[in-house]
Amino acid sequence: MYVAVKGGERAIDAAHAFLAEDRRGDPGVAELSVAQIRQQLALAVNRVMAEGSLFDPDLAALAIKQARGDLIEAIFLIRAYRTTLPRHGASRPVDTGAMACVRRISATFKDAPGGQVLGPTFDYTHRLLDFALLADGEVPPAPQAPPREGPVPHVTDFLGRDGLIEPVPPCDDAPRDLTREPLELPADRALRLQALARGDEGFLLGLAYSTQRGYGRTHAFVGELRIGTVAVEMDIPELGFAVGIGEIEVTECETVNQFKGSRTEPPQFTRGYGLVFGQTERKAIAMALVDRALRWRELGEDFAGAPAQDEEFVLSHADNIQATGFLEHIKLPHYVDFQAELELIRRLRAEAMASPEAAE
Amino acid sequence: MTQGRPESDPTISDRQGWMGLLARAAPDRLAELMPGPLPTHALLRAPEIGAVMVRGRIGGTGAPFNLGEMTVTRCSVRLEEGTVGHAHVQGRDRDHARRAAVIDALMQGPGAEAVKRSVLDPLARDEAARRHARAARAAATRVEFLTLVRGEDA
Amino acid sequence: MTPPMQTDALTGGFTDAPVDAARAFRAALEALARPGRVQRLTAGTPPAPMSVAAGTLLLTLADGTTPVHLAPSHDTAALREWLVFHCGCPLVEAGQAVFAVGTWAALLPVDRFAIGTPDYPDRSATLVVEVAALEPANARLAGPGIRGEALLMVPDAAVLAANRARFPLGFDSYLTCGDRVAGLPRSTRLEAL
Repeated sequence: MYVAVKGGERAIDAAHAFLAEDRRGDPGVAELSVAQIRQQLALAVNRVMAEGSLFDPDLAALAIKQARGDLIEAIFLIRAYRTTLPRHGASRPVDTGAMACVRRISATFKDAPGGQVLGPTFDYTHRLLDFALLADGEVPPAPQAPPREGPVPHVTDFLGRDGLIEPVPPCDDAPRDLTREPLELPADRALRLQALARGDEGFLLGLAYSTQRGYGRTHAFVGELRIGTVAVEMDIPELGFAVGIGEIEVTECETVNQFKGSRTEPPQFTRGYGLVFGQTERKAIAMALVDRALRWRELGEDFAGAPAQDEEFVLSHADNIQATGFLEHIKLPHYVDFQAELELIRRLRAEAMASPEAAE
Repeated sequence: MTQGRPESDPTISDRQGWMGLLARAAPDRLAELMPGPLPTHALLRAPEIGAVMVRGRIGGTGAPFNLGEMTVTRCSVRLEEGTVGHAHVQGRDRDHARRAAVIDALMQGPGAEAVKRSVLDPLARDEAARRHARAARAAATRVEFLTLVRGEDA
Repeated sequence: MTPPMQTDALTGGFTDAPVDAARAFRAALEALARPGRVQRLTAGTPPAPMSVAAGTLLLTLADGTTPVHLAPSHDTAALREWLVFHCGCPLVEAGQAVFAVGTWAALLPVDRFAIGTPDYPDRSATLVVEVAALEPANARLAGPGIRGEALLMVPDAAVLAANRARFPLGFDSYLTCGDRVAGLPRSTRLEAL
């Protein structure tokens, strides 16, 4: 039961002022600029863009500053802002095959055409704290080499040529959009991928890990992981043709999954797919594993009862803004509900005390 | 990277080229190359900040899905002599969209060559340099595998 | 490839979109909230034969997610282009329409339009009916948003009363005339005078 309770305005105003002061911290320390956050905390910015589901690095950096570094709070701010924007349209699907890659690795083919390009990765760092960063200093310039021209083909294309991996049927149907219509189950793969792309990284990481530990095992290899920029194009009705409207950084992961065949499908490799805004590879890999786990029905596999296979479970709980909204609301005033609970407990206790067993 | 899968009509593919370049340009740099006052123009559609749903394809090549939105500002103008210019530019900068629309209109008129030289060519050079800088650093991280001689073959 | 639009399709939109749209939205809301009470909608200037009120209504309510049906009375190249440029709305057949615009005769038969489903009664069409006059009244209106009764000239009281009988399913209507509009939601009871 919800009853409006009035009062507390002054306390709320004071709490906001206190929050603002704490956000600023010690005025003796230089204030953080949004540009600094965008440049130097770029991976936090990327996560806020991916889960806020709005590519705009300046806004994401501002949200991080306003949220004092609480990324879920920052994502909340971005989600709230995006609802105020008119929708100008939908882009043509981005062509990740034409990506200008800064990173491109394959765990399955050492000599994949296009090569293994490590890019700006943490992978081979030793995870030792670098105390040199305590002091300001110049960063030595990164080495350069002549870039290779030409597109970098997807690694799974090679398996596809030999018929060893399930084909991807081409299609141009407009996908359903869960920001415009309520989620209805069963969801098709396009809708699931939209939900996963904006889902919580931690939740997807945990689910993906659970499939690796045996809860809906999918035998995944990273066929390819690539990070880079892709052009975004949109058809403009007043022109009668498509134009480039910008360029975004994305991370794409294609998994190659061992598959012994099923009632409906021959033995072949199957695929999981992850595509996420920004440089967000942990999320992209997790997305691909969870995507693959959710595909049990279309591949004719058995439902093992694993959480990662359960569409209702995954899609209903992946969104951290829905989750935190419902979770955190229980700290807000529930005085009247609780009053009712209190009355109930008192009455039950009184009845229990009055009964003959209690008298003994 | 190709922009706007060029149409066979060269006037269209040229226009796709400059509209894409203007869309990706940094607003400050564009303002520096094309300082005000802009040629007199009427607003057919005032600069409007909005979102475009960016789509990907399942598996990179399959059915489209909605990846998430990006901010885009659009604007349409008409110059005094009647040429219409349109812009859809990345981000939330109204002046960026307005400038891009005016340049799109100018590029269809007699002053196109001058605008190309003073605005578009420098933007294209900036972009090429920015891309090259990233690509060259990435290229330096390419792994050159050495095949080691195995014990049993020795 | 479709040919680029003519310049006249590009004019006649809102000059100050946030303010114009907010005012028009308020009027559209009032019109449906108080059926039969006439509101004014003035900010848009669509190509003929669309009225200023109907054009303003669509500039305010229609976008890329609201398919619009142009009935034969309004299905002109100029109007199609105008709507696509200013609203970005898909133009569709009657059955898929969220909004449908035309004269009453051109909109008939109205059973082509979506009336929602029991789970989602909101998945229904809104008809924008271009009428020659809103008075003298030929129907008495009653129901939510009407204190006592209201009087209005409606195109066909019997058909609209039959729409009311399906409540909560049914279509909603705006009657537009020049820069004036009256709302006629599915909840309104009608009685011919």
